[in-house]
Amino acid sequence: MIRIFLSLVLTISLLGCKDSQATLTHIESHQLPVTDSIQANQDVLDYIAPYRKRIDEEMSAVLAYAPQSLSKKEGPYNTAIGNMMADAVFKLSNPVFKKRTGKNIDAVLLNHGGIRSTLNAGDVTMRSAFDIMPFENSVVVVELTSDQVNEMFDYLKSGTAHPISNMQLVLDEKNEIKTATINGNSVENSKTYFIATNDYLQQGGDHMTFLSEPLSMEVLDYKIRSILVDYFKEQDTIAPVRDNRFIKE
Amino acid sequence: MERRKFIKQTSIATAVVAGTPSFNLFAETKKSKKITILHTNDVHSHIDPFSPEDASFPNKGGVARRLTLIEAIRKENPNTLLLDAGDIFQGTPYFNFYGGELEFKLMSMMQYDAATIGNHDFDNGVNGLAAQMPNASFKMLSSNYDFTNTAMDGLTKPYEIFIKDGIKIGVFGIGIQLEGLVTPALSKETQYLDPTEISQDMTRILKEEQNCDLVICLSHLGYSYKYDKISDVTLAKKTKNIDLIIGGHTHTFLEKPTIVKNAADVDVIVNQVGWAGVNLGRIDFEFDLNGKATATSKTITI
Repeated sequence: MIRIFLSLVLTISLLGCKDSQATLTHIESHQLPVTDSIQANQDVLDYIAPYRKRIDEEMSAVLAYAPQSLSKKEGPYNTAIGNMMADAVFKLSNPVFKKRTGKNIDAVLLNHGGIRSTLNAGDVTMRSAFDIMPFENSVVVVELTSDQVNEMFDYLKSGTAHPISNMQLVLDEKNEIKTATINGNSVENSKTYFIATNDYLQQGGDHMTFLSEPLSMEVLDYKIRSILVDYFKEQDTIAPVRDNRFIKE
Repeated sequence: MERRKFIKQTSIATAVVAGTPSFNLFAETKKSKKITILHTNDVHSHIDPFSPEDASFPNKGGVARRLTLIEAIRKENPNTLLLDAGDIFQGTPYFNFYGGELEFKLMSMMQYDAATIGNHDFDNGVNGLAAQMPNASFKMLSSNYDFTNTAMDGLTKPYEIFIKDGIKIGVFGIGIQLEGLVTPALSKETQYLDPTEISQDMTRILKEEQNCDLVICLSHLGYSYKYDKISDVTLAKKTKNIDLIIGGHTHTFLEKPTIVKNAADVDVIVNQVGWAGVNLGRIDFEFDLNGKATATSKTITI
């Protein structure tokens, strides 16, 4: 035993290359909550101040006025705030798409989950746009076959108020499709359709798989939030309504 | 087995003593060292505290308070490392406006030692992340993202070895699979490599080649999943020679760290402290340098 011990010491001493060797004996953990009982570091507060000031200035900029609050929870099928978002995307994306491709967007599909907050009654500010759409998602226009468009209508049968524009879906009592139209016309087998959506949904978000393999795709580099901001700036009063674009009879 | 371990530990500890002037041989009394690890994850641009009206975290968090806390701990133990497990970006207008500039500058001001990359740190693309790197004085550690042919190439290191009070601490970074989380337009040519295989490489380097006393994995894999997906808990089980996994991604509030047996049946500590900077994690590691150390196993108080 002693011989082994000494020879090991000798061997290691001769190798002599250990920078350090310590034995871990004890581990102790604590979770420290960061609360208002902790004094804030003044240097940090001073450093943040100019950054915060610019944000507050821009965020408080009044873009429009909303006479009533708009919530995505007023569904099913369609909501005023969702209709506003889809219509804004249709109205503001189409000129960009047409200029690039010479073609028109046929319709718009967004997702209900992408409406991230209520629009409160009163002044509509830059902060409202950030609250509704904090993410950086952008508009993409996909060219779909009639089969893919029909898959889209099948998907929508669930009744969730996914925002749509320039298309209409009417469900019967059994939640089956009674009529489904784009731009006022039924889906034609020989035609292809240009649907504006966002990059998140196109890439499989909310399992909208009918968007995954389009015939062609145009990325507009136009953020949904920027569309909202531009739309608010164009309007004096934000008062969209629920309508019959997606209903159940 | 235990006996062999004992002999090995004793002799190694003695060898260090033997390296000091000979009259000191076996004469040294108890000598211990303490390393403090402080950590955050998923801060998501939460620079200001939550408002008093917030439904979930009223008055919680805030960078300025966090620094007060950190400075008090550093005063108590200067041998402290400050680490972050990713998703530094996205969540407040600070990110939308300044692209992560303020987040990195404040982390530098707080003297973070290292961080790893979360999926949301790609939200302005790999180029947007690279553009902010000049604002980071801390090490960005990533061992399983191959950034060749991207703007981040050369701006990360797979691991870093920190020496505090003579104790060697190896820290490496592990990121989550990008597919389905980060669009290819943002991640560009970033390649995701298998976390388990890379972690095995890292621990071999840090423990066997570099003889680190402590090996820490900064992970953005997520705490654990109900379905078959690599997580902090499964990584801990599949590897060896990791002492601590500091996790992120799943915004998990753990009451206390989880202890997992690794592939060699040794305890690994897995921790995560929620998100948005509402908590700071603290883990203290005590080391015995006594030549006559008799401890064959460590004690864990959590």
